[in-house]
Amino acid sequence: MSSAVSVHVSVNGEAREAEVDPRLLLVHWLRDELGLTGTHVGCDTTNCGACTVHLNGESVKSCTVLAVQADGAEVTTIEGMSGPDGLHPLQAAFREKHGLQCGFCTPGMIMAAADLLNRNPDPTEEEVRHGLEGNLCRCTGYHNIVQAVLTAAESEVRA
Amino acid sequence: MTPYVGQAIRRKEDPRMISGRANYTDDISLPGMLHAAIVRSPEAHAAIVSIDKSAAEQRSGVVAVLTGEDMAPDFASGLPMAWDPPGVDINVPDHWPLKRGEVKHVGDPVAVVVAVDRYLAVDAAEDVIVEYDPKPVVVDPEAALEDGAPLVWEQFGTNKTHEWAVGGGDVAAALEAADVVVEQRVPNHRTSGAPIEPRAAIGEPRAESLTLYSTTQIPHIARLLLAGMLDMPEDKLRVIAPDVGGGFGAKLQVYGEEALVLALARRLGRAVKWTESRSEHMTTSHHGRDQIAYVTLGAKRDGTLTGLKVRIVADLGAYMQLLTPFIPELGFPVMGGCYRFDAIDVHFTGVFTNKMCTDAIRGAGRPEATYWIELTMDKLARELDMDPLELRRRNFIPKEEFPFETKLGIVYDSGDYHGSLDRLLENFDIEGFRREQAELREKGIHRGVGFSTWVEVCGLAPSRAVGPQGVGLQAAFWESAMVRVHPSGSATVYTGTSPHGQGLDTSFAQIAADRLGIDPENVDVLHGDTDQGPWGWGTYGSRSLSVGGEAVAKAAEKVQAKAKRICAALLEASPDDIELADGRFQVRGSPDKAKTMAEIAFAAHVPPQELPAEIEPGLEENSFYDPENFVFPFGAHACIVDVDVETGKVQVVRYVAVDDCGPAINPMLIDGQVHGGIVHAIGQALYEQIVYDEDGQLVTGTFVDYALPTAAEVPSFETDRTETPSPVNSLGVKGIGEAGTIAATPAVTAAVIDALQPFGVEWLDMPHTPMRVWNAIHGHGHGNGHGPPSLGEHGMGSAGSGPSSPDEGGAP
Repeated sequence: MSSAVSVHVSVNGEAREAEVDPRLLLVHWLRDELGLTGTHVGCDTTNCGACTVHLNGESVKSCTVLAVQADGAEVTTIEGMSGPDGLHPLQAAFREKHGLQCGFCTPGMIMAAADLLNRNPDPTEEEVRHGLEGNLCRCTGYHNIVQAVLTAAESEVRA
Repeated sequence: MTPYVGQAIRRKEDPRMISGRANYTDDISLPGMLHAAIVRSPEAHAAIVSIDKSAAEQRSGVVAVLTGEDMAPDFASGLPMAWDPPGVDINVPDHWPLKRGEVKHVGDPVAVVVAVDRYLAVDAAEDVIVEYDPKPVVVDPEAALEDGAPLVWEQFGTNKTHEWAVGGGDVAAALEAADVVVEQRVPNHRTSGAPIEPRAAIGEPRAESLTLYSTTQIPHIARLLLAGMLDMPEDKLRVIAPDVGGGFGAKLQVYGEEALVLALARRLGRAVKWTESRSEHMTTSHHGRDQIAYVTLGAKRDGTLTGLKVRIVADLGAYMQLLTPFIPELGFPVMGGCYRFDAIDVHFTGVFTNKMCTDAIRGAGRPEATYWIELTMDKLARELDMDPLELRRRNFIPKEEFPFETKLGIVYDSGDYHGSLDRLLENFDIEGFRREQAELREKGIHRGVGFSTWVEVCGLAPSRAVGPQGVGLQAAFWESAMVRVHPSGSATVYTGTSPHGQGLDTSFAQIAADRLGIDPENVDVLHGDTDQGPWGWGTYGSRSLSVGGEAVAKAAEKVQAKAKRICAALLEASPDDIELADGRFQVRGSPDKAKTMAEIAFAAHVPPQELPAEIEPGLEENSFYDPENFVFPFGAHACIVDVDVETGKVQVVRYVAVDDCGPAINPMLIDGQVHGGIVHAIGQALYEQIVYDEDGQLVTGTFVDYALPTAAEVPSFETDRTETPSPVNSLGVKGIGEAGTIAATPAVTAAVIDALQPFGVEWLDMPHTPMRVWNAIHGHGHGNGHGPPSLGEHGMGSAGSGPSSPDEGGAP
C-alpha cells in the first residue's frame, strides 16, 4: 500500500484534513471516514449517480474521484444542502411532488438537479430529463422527480 | 372531519431521505467491524481442484480466509427452498453459502476473505488462487432438455427440475370446437431486479446471540430460516432491515451472504460486513423471468374464445433459492387473463442451466402470463381481422358475474374490465390516433399503439390456498399488526410487513389515524426488526396493503373498541353509545360529552377513577389477519411508440394507464407505484436483458451493459383510476406495487408491432433493441428468433439469456 497523502478539503463549509491512501475514493472518504452516509454507492461504473456530490460547485460522481483529487477543493454533500432557513427548494420539492420512494438515489438525484438548475435555472421538461440521465432511479419512473425539479425551478425563478 | 384515508398526504419517510439522514445497511458501522469479500468462480461449470489461500493469509490486516470446506461445520443445512407441491418431486441440489467440490455458474462463491478494511479484503480475495477443472456448460433451457445435453447436476440424470400442471375443462375439445386457432412461441427474457441499493449484510455477535442487519424484504422469514441454517435458536437471532433501498423481489430471498456474515461473526467474535458490488448484484442476486411459453389459443369466428393451452419452459438456473421453482407457476391464478374460456390447460417444466437462479422479480410470474395472453389475443384479432379491443370486450368476464370462478378454480373477487377500458378510451382517443397514425406514416413516421387489458393476483395470500394444504408452499401468508397508544395519545404501529420504498409509514399511519381519532403525524409505523412487534411475512407480491394494512385496520379497530369502553366509563355512558366522530369519542347525540384519544389513553395508563374491572390497563392490541381469498387488481393501459425505421430505435412517446386497485388510501402513492412499474416494464421491453454467452459467461455484468432506462428514455405518464372495492378486506384494497410491471410489457410490444404493420411484422421478441427491430423491418429474422443469425446480438431465440440453437451460434 502506498504511503498516505494529506488532503485539505472544505466539506459542507467545514475545513477537514486527513491522511488518506492515494487510492481512496472520495465517496468512501465521505462515507466511511467523515460519516457523511447520505452519499450512496449504487454501482461500480459511474452509471447510477447515487454518489453525486458537488466539487467546487459542480456535480461529480464521487465514486470516480479520488479523495486526493479533492485536495484544496470545496465539497458539498446532501447533508450540506439544508441551510439555516430549512430545506433547499429541491429537497422541499422532492417531498411535495413525491419524487422519492426508497430514497437511495435521492441524494445524488438532488445534487445532480441542483447543478442542473445552477446551469439552467428555467429548464424545460426535456432539458430536465436529459440533464438527469446520469442518475438512475428504479422506483419512481422519473415522472415525479422531473415534476419536483420543475417545481423547484419555478419556485427559484419566482423568488 | 375528512378521513385521512383517501388523502394524498406527504410521506413521513421523506424528511430523513431528502436530507441524507436515512439509515441503509451499508451506512452502519459497528465497533471493531471487519469487512468480507467473496472469491467467486469465473467458470460456469467446473470442479474445484485446489484453493491456495497462502498469499491472501499473509497480507497484513487479513483476519481470515475460509473456503467451503473450512466452513462446512458452520452450517447445519444449506440455503432453503420453500415449495413442496403435493404429488410432485422437485430436484433440489445442495446449496451451500460457499461451494464445495464444484461450481455451477459464474459468480458461484468459493471462499471468503475477512479483513480490517474493505479495500484490503478485496485485494486479498484477488490473491486467493483457485484451480478449476472446467466441465461442459449448458445455458439454453430447451437445449438443456435434449438428450445428451451436458448435465448441471449429474445425480439427477436430467436437467429437468420438475413438472407441474393446472387446468380446467376439456382443452382438446375446446380447441377442436374453435374456428380459428393461433399458436405463438413467447419468450420472456431474463432480467435483473437492480434496486439502486446493492445488497449488504452485517453479522454482529452479542454474547449468546447474533444480530443481522440486512437489505431484506423478509426479516422474520430470514430469521427463522437462517437460525435453522446456523443451528441456533430463533430467539437468539435478531434480524434488522433498516432503510432498504428498493427490492423489486431481488431482496425477497435468503442469501448465502447473510448466512456467511452471521457464521463469520460467530466464528470471529467481531462484527462482519459484506456489501455487494454492482457486478456481484448482476451475477449473484437472483434474476427474474426467463421462460418460454408455447401458447395455443382458440376462438370461434365471431371472436368468442374457446380454449387456451400453454406449455411453459422455465429456466431456473443452477440452484434452487427460496421460491425458484414456484415463480413461473405464481402466475397461474390469472392465466386466462380477463377473459372467459371453456377450458384452460397449462403445463410447466423447470430446467437447470449453468446460470444464476431465477426467483421473484417485480410481478413474478404474472408479467409473463399477462405478456403471452395479451399478445396472443392481438395475434388472434389480426387472424380474425377484428379490432383487438372489440375481441377483448367480447370475451371480458362481465362485471355482473363477480365473484367469478375461472376454469382453474380460482375465484376473481371483483372486476369491471369494460369499465376500465371505457375509462382508458375516455383518456385516449383511439379514432383520432388512427387518423394521426395514417398521416404520420405518409411522412415516414411510424407510430403505433398497443393495449393491455390485464388482471393480476395479489394479496398474498390466503394461507389455505398457497400453504402446505394448498399449492404446497411451506409457509403461511397472513400478516400481523400491533397498535400501541401511548399515555399521551400518540401511537406506534408495528407491522410484520417490511416496506422499502412503498410509503407504508404514511399509508398505514393514515389507516390507523382514522380509527384512533388522532393525526397521522402522531402515528409512528415501525417495521423491519424481529425484536420489535409481532412476527410477520414481509413485503412482496403487492401484499402489504391488502394483507398488512388490513391487519393494521383490525388492530386499530380493537383499540378503538377498548377506547370506547374506557370513554364510556369516564363519561358514565354505555359503550354502545360512544361514537368516534371528528376526532373525538363522544356520546351519540350529545357531542358536548366527549373525550379525546389523549384523554382516554392517559386514563388507560393512569386511571383517574376506578374503571370497570374487566378493562385491563394499557391500550394496545394485536391482529393476525389471514385473507379469505386473493385480490385481483386490474386495468387497461395504452402505450404509444415511435419507431425510427432507419435505425430501429423505439421511443415511447405517450403512455396512458387506468388502474383499479380499489379505494385509494393515498392516491399520490398509487401514482408513484404505477409510474415506477411502467418504467420497470419499459426497461424490460426495450433495453434490459441479462445475457450469458454460450460458455456461460455473463455478458451484462454492470450497468454499462445492462441498460436501465434513464429519465431521458421515458415520457411523463397519464394515470387515471377506477375504484372497484374488493369484497375480501374491509378496506376494499387490492394492491398496486406490481401493476405497471405486469401491464406494460405487452402494451409496449404491441405498440411496436402496430407501428411496424406496414412492414408485415407480426411478432417481435423482447427486448426491442434497434438491431432486432431493424432486422425485423428488413425481413431478417422476422423478429421471432427463428430466422438467420443476427451477428453481434446475444440471445435471440431462447428466453433471451443464451443462444438457443447451433445455427444461432449456440453451444453444440
